[in-house]
Amino acid sequence: MRRVVCVIAAMFATIVAVPAHARDKINVAVSLTILADFARNVGGDRVDVVSLVGPNGDAHSYVPSPADAKKLADAKLIILDGLGLEGSTARFMRAAAKDAKVVTASDGITPLRLGTQSDPHAWQSVANAKTYVANIRDALIAADPAGKSVFEANAADYLRRLDALEAEVKAAIASIPPDRRKLVTTHNAFGYFGTAYEVDFIAPHGVSTEAEPSARDVARIIAQIRAQKIPAVFLENVTDPRLLERIAQESGARIGGTLYSDALTDANGPAPTYIDMMRHNVKELVTALGG
Amino acid sequence: MPYDILISPFLEFDFMRRALVATLALALGAAPIGVILMLRRMSLMGDAMAHAILPGAAVGFLVAGLNLFAMSIGGLIAGLLVALLAGAVARATELKEDASLAACFLVSLALGVTIVSARGTNIDLLHFLFGNVLGLDAATLVLIAAISTLSLLILALIWRPLVLECVDPGFLRSISRAGAPVHIAFLGLVVLNLVGGFQALGTLLAVGLMMLPAFTARFWTRDITAMIVAAVVVGALAGYFGLLLSFHAGVAAGPAIILVAGALYLGSVLFGRVGGILRQLFPKQHLEA
Repeated sequence: MRRVVCVIAAMFATIVAVPAHARDKINVAVSLTILADFARNVGGDRVDVVSLVGPNGDAHSYVPSPADAKKLADAKLIILDGLGLEGSTARFMRAAAKDAKVVTASDGITPLRLGTQSDPHAWQSVANAKTYVANIRDALIAADPAGKSVFEANAADYLRRLDALEAEVKAAIASIPPDRRKLVTTHNAFGYFGTAYEVDFIAPHGVSTEAEPSARDVARIIAQIRAQKIPAVFLENVTDPRLLERIAQESGARIGGTLYSDALTDANGPAPTYIDMMRHNVKELVTALGG
Repeated sequence: MPYDILISPFLEFDFMRRALVATLALALGAAPIGVILMLRRMSLMGDAMAHAILPGAAVGFLVAGLNLFAMSIGGLIAGLLVALLAGAVARATELKEDASLAACFLVSLALGVTIVSARGTNIDLLHFLFGNVLGLDAATLVLIAAISTLSLLILALIWRPLVLECVDPGFLRSISRAGAPVHIAFLGLVVLNLVGGFQALGTLLAVGLMMLPAFTARFWTRDITAMIVAAVVVGALAGYFGLLLSFHAGVAAGPAIILVAGALYLGSVLFGRVGGILRQLFPKQHLEA
């Protein structure tokens, strides 16, 4: 008897809730700025997206604050990356969620391995980004069925733009001679990019920005740059640039601009959106590696 | 073979030479300061000051990014401010200097962490705490060398009253008014050397290169001049072998340097000629040896 009452109550609640949310925006909380960008593109006017790790923030060393817990409590949908970049943040988000549905945006992507862990920067391949967008579209439809047609149209439009982006990336990389498509960067975040577009990324750090490189690591990198005649080294927006400058001077490699891997910049920076980030990275690569 | 292990890393790689020069300069400047701190029973003072430097360096970082001079000047100001404030509170009130210093550095540390996390982005605290001895540029080397030089010069200038205050502060007070200014100058030197060391080793480990060689030297001589020479030698050995350890064993360079210093300290605790444990247990055999 009691169960029947519960079911009826739940159905009634759904019926009441859907029209209410059809008028209001639904609150979506995400862990990373790139996920926020995807969610905004698909959700359009129907969603309010907050990202816990802010622009330029380092997801590896993010510490949750009580204000973040409040954002999560207000959320109807929580989107996580799920490949390990969030670390304990994912646990915090699940714990702080009141009645939100928690969705993993990386479902369906086969992660590359980095040692024993999976490499979390899957969106560095545009093909994977499309999987993310599809997952986010489905999650939004599940959370707000009334917006189905809007979400589908937005997603289709955005996916078309991603297709164009992918063609653009491939054409740009093709302009670099194959024997010059290799570089050193501080952060082991471009495995997917390297695999998808055949550029060899070599990193002095491990998978996390927390690991401090030893003299042996630095010596090996310098020896490798000298031996393989690697044309360029790149700084990344979240790790110590002093060490890279030292390596560049000592090995004779060119210092490339900043490559963005897991944090978008604010609106004034060069990578406020995912598409901007990929375009920016490719432009930097072509500038540093091209003849 | 020993050539390959001990010398060729420094010949082959510029960053190893720079790291070595930096640690040698740091040992030269900081180890004598450490000896005086130890003799004045202020061994934990270095630690306190290192924490106090953090908010200044953090402000410098927020204003100018990983900028050498902004961070150094910020750290210098914060350190001196804490040292003077602690001294003033101790002089004006009932609180002892160690307590007022502890109060100041705790507040200062909390302020530093607040400033670092205030901008919404989480800047990696590890850069402040552990530094990067492998990524030293020319400007940093010049800064470290200049600090060591200045430190040695000032130390020579205030040497007599400083030593006198170590052994008999009452006597110094009875014959001279130099006590207070000398003390302040010395505190300035502590802060200055920590700021130099913090570029290479970070705020926490810089203290290690200041204090551990001093403690080690204490086990080998009672003479203060010999102790300072021994401390500098120990600091230099720690820098050299620590870098080699990092190069061959692949451990992080900063901690490796301090660990070697720690190993030298431990060896001296056991085998030291002056008050080492074995010497106390078997005084005769060792005297004959």
